Amino acid sequence: MTAAVLDQLQEVVEARVIERKKFKVPIVFASTTVLLTLLYGLSARDGDAQFMLGSSSDFVTIPKVVVPGMTTAWITIGIMVVLTALAFVLANAYKKSPWYATVLFCVAAMFGFLAWAGAGAPAVVNVVNLISGAVALAIPLVYGALGGVIGERAGVVNIAIEAQLLMAAFTAALVATVTGSAWAGLVAAMVAGFAVAAILGLFAIKYRVNQVIVGVVTNVLVTGLTTFLFQRLLVPNQLTMNNTEPLRFSSIRIPGLSSIPVIGPILFNQTIIAYLMYVAIAAVWFALYRTRWGLRTRAVGEHPQAADTMGIKVNGTRWRAVLIAGAIVGIGGAYFTLVSNGRFNWEMTAGLGYISLAAVIFGNWDPVRAAMAGLLFGFAMNLNNILGLLHTPVPSQFLLMLPYAVTLLAVAGLVGKSRAPAADGVPYVKE
Amino acid sequence: MRLELRGITKRFATLVANDHIDLVVEPGQIHCLLGENGAGKSTLMNCLYGLYTPDEGEILLDGEVVRFAGPGDAQAAGIGMVHQHFMLVPVFSVAENVMLGNEASKGVALDLDAARAKVREIAARFNFHVDPDAIIEDLPVGVQQRVEIIKALSRDAHVLVFDEPTAVLTPQETDELMEIMKQLRDEGAAIVFITHKLREVRAIADKITVIRRGAVVGEASPTSTDAELAAIMVGRAVELSVVKGEPQHTDTSLVVKDLTVTSATGQVLVDEVSFEVKGGEILAIAGVQGNGQTELTEALMGLETNVEGSIRLGGQELVGKSVRQVLDAGVGFIPEDRTHDGLVGTFTIAENLMLDRSDGPPFVKAGAIQIGFRDEFARQKVEEYDVRTQGIHQEVGRLSGGNAQKVIVAREMSRDLSLLLAAQPTRGVDVGSIEFIYKRIVEMRDSGCPVVVVSTELDEASQLGDRIMVMYKGGIVGVVPADTSRDVLGLMMAGIAPEDIAATQAEIAAEAAASDDAVSDAVDDAAPPGDTPSSDTATTGTDETGAAR
Repeated sequence: MTAAVLDQLQEVVEARVIERKKFKVPIVFASTTVLLTLLYGLSARDGDAQFMLGSSSDFVTIPKVVVPGMTTAWITIGIMVVLTALAFVLANAYKKSPWYATVLFCVAAMFGFLAWAGAGAPAVVNVVNLISGAVALAIPLVYGALGGVIGERAGVVNIAIEAQLLMAAFTAALVATVTGSAWAGLVAAMVAGFAVAAILGLFAIKYRVNQVIVGVVTNVLVTGLTTFLFQRLLVPNQLTMNNTEPLRFSSIRIPGLSSIPVIGPILFNQTIIAYLMYVAIAAVWFALYRTRWGLRTRAVGEHPQAADTMGIKVNGTRWRAVLIAGAIVGIGGAYFTLVSNGRFNWEMTAGLGYISLAAVIFGNWDPVRAAMAGLLFGFAMNLNNILGLLHTPVPSQFLLMLPYAVTLLAVAGLVGKSRAPAADGVPYVKE
Repeated sequence: MRLELRGITKRFATLVANDHIDLVVEPGQIHCLLGENGAGKSTLMNCLYGLYTPDEGEILLDGEVVRFAGPGDAQAAGIGMVHQHFMLVPVFSVAENVMLGNEASKGVALDLDAARAKVREIAARFNFHVDPDAIIEDLPVGVQQRVEIIKALSRDAHVLVFDEPTAVLTPQETDELMEIMKQLRDEGAAIVFITHKLREVRAIADKITVIRRGAVVGEASPTSTDAELAAIMVGRAVELSVVKGEPQHTDTSLVVKDLTVTSATGQVLVDEVSFEVKGGEILAIAGVQGNGQTELTEALMGLETNVEGSIRLGGQELVGKSVRQVLDAGVGFIPEDRTHDGLVGTFTIAENLMLDRSDGPPFVKAGAIQIGFRDEFARQKVEEYDVRTQGIHQEVGRLSGGNAQKVIVAREMSRDLSLLLAAQPTRGVDVGSIEFIYKRIVEMRDSGCPVVVVSTELDEASQLGDRIMVMYKGGIVGVVPADTSRDVLGLMMAGIAPEDIAATQAEIAAEAAASDDAVSDAVDDAAPPGDTPSSDTATTGTDETGAAR
């Protein structure tokens, strides 16, 4: 009997699959619609909402749009109801809702919410500012997520992203102030991220300690260390050691590209660290999927024994991945003291490292998707800022929870089919 | 390339896994390494492949001493290995797996085209059909194994080690593998073939070295009989066949009707299966690993969650019952993975023997374990079931495979059973213990209990079973008498219903003359359409054999 015949046989009978109705998407749609309906119904606002898609200094000026607030909000509710009904019908027929329905739903919900929030407010909702601010706020998240993706793809869970961000922020402030060079600060931040990664690697790879515990302990350690050094070293020497105000990277307008309406001011009027981020996303993607290093890194994260029998040093490969990841996260840490703030402050990363970790999972361990997830979380944070300006009746403390609530919802409900690298978090022991 | 091992010794703590082993493998020769599980064959090959460093002894290639710090060195020296558990990354493509560790690059980017070309070139040499871009986890095991072979050959291996390569294959796939090995031999490769299956050894070996308890105990000729080979392997004469009389049917029977088991993602693992096992008979379930047998046994035990259909044991419905209730209904279960499901490795023999009796007297009274009763019980069972141990307080994890299995058999059979389920009862068990376990299973059958034996070993299924049910892709291909020929069973394991086999065999006979295309078309016709293994086929099979008796 030849191979050809057997192959034929194998193709003849395929295992059957019983389809199940999946109601996750319609239920999420329905609950969002209900929540917003309650909000609009219970707390109606008068007046018009003003939207802007750019600033007056843009190359192409887009005029201001004024819409009646509540009417617009209710129209969007109508659209959302239709989309929810559609999703239910599709799910009942064992079909998936198309991705553009989800996008349309989100845009409608967002637009209606902003129309409600901006109704009667003196301030203009500037959509470009909303999104470009989101990109800026997402920077540390994206770097953190990229580092997380590399580490986990190699099989090392990196809970210590928070520690790497914080240590890098601290080091960047100190080195930049002392040397008087933001660039030196940036390099020092990368070294700091690298150093924290070395601690993680030492315990997680060399001594095979439980990686979650090592990560959490590292976070606590670095929080304590930077707070101590901040109080004892930086506070008494504010001007000579912790003053990056004059050195901060400022936004660079890229000629030509920044003149594109809407997209230009969002993407191409950012700091050097944001531009580096665009490069880093592409570079990490290319490195993971298109190079020898990436193939080996993914192999040790999926099936270390197989990699070992092919002559690949498993632990060496993991070390390299963790250290590179640390340096990348370090750039994100520099954002805190070289871009957004003029000085280091204790615990200034405020748990963003953990949100990066959520972005890794939400992004299904893929660099591009993790970066997109980072952007989504950045958007939630910036929305909170903008709503503060609009004087909405929603309590500000509640708004502060928004990014975290989005994170939780995203990770819990919307991840769908996600699959971690098979050997993620499992130390490699040769038999 | 001529491979020579001289005085290889490998110790693990106090255990000597390899004791001064000498071995010479000539190019153009298939050298069989025959030995029981745990005899030290794999350890020896891991020393050769650089995964272990031998404590003593040396490895010579073409007369020169070589040292390997890792598998990379061994590969560079021309040694390739086809592992028992495939060393393939399941989410990678074939080409990516083949290039891993030895990647061609264009600049900084991987040169996947070169890897694809290499896969195609080697596949063409052996008439394989392997798509270089297929993802490993989507491929059948037989094809995955070919990828392992391609991987070894892509590195110009001159010495090829096959470690228990046939464990996961259908008989037909095994035949194909042997053809490939012969072709490799004829091209001048030195081949080491590790196995404990006597039939395969006799079919293919040019030279046989037998290993027992870590040492070479002798060489055998490929013309030896099974009994001779088994005697050298085990160290004493062994009874290879199962002695059993005609089945005496009783009324307690297991009736399974339209049983469907699905995974959490909706994949159908057991597909509307219907069959009956009468009291006093053994139904052997044969099939290649992973065709729903595991899920079927787990469903019978109440271990699966998404189960539809009906399982009636002596009139009592078992679907929907908890595992405790299933046990109380008198179901005894020998699981296929004893270290994972059957025993708690760090518990003692005595503790393991009472694992399923902790809910009341006589083992537990007023919440306290009755130590005296437990130990007395354990002592009796150890004696009765011939468990070779230092005592009842020895950890089960330290027992040999055969003795650990006897502990499970003792525990399950010491209850009043109305059904015995034995999944792979002799996997990883030494030949001596196999004899014993077979005898106990037959005794259970003769006591009037329905017995289901799941086995991927065709010989075991034929010998133990009164009838054989073959499963393929979750369904039943057919139920046939135990004396059905190996060829027919093999085809059934590939999914061809028994009534279509005559036609298929005729086509295969004609294939030699006909062109490939003609054969493919013929198979399309011969093989049943759609989801073949339907309950209809199974029911027909049962009726036929029932009538025959």
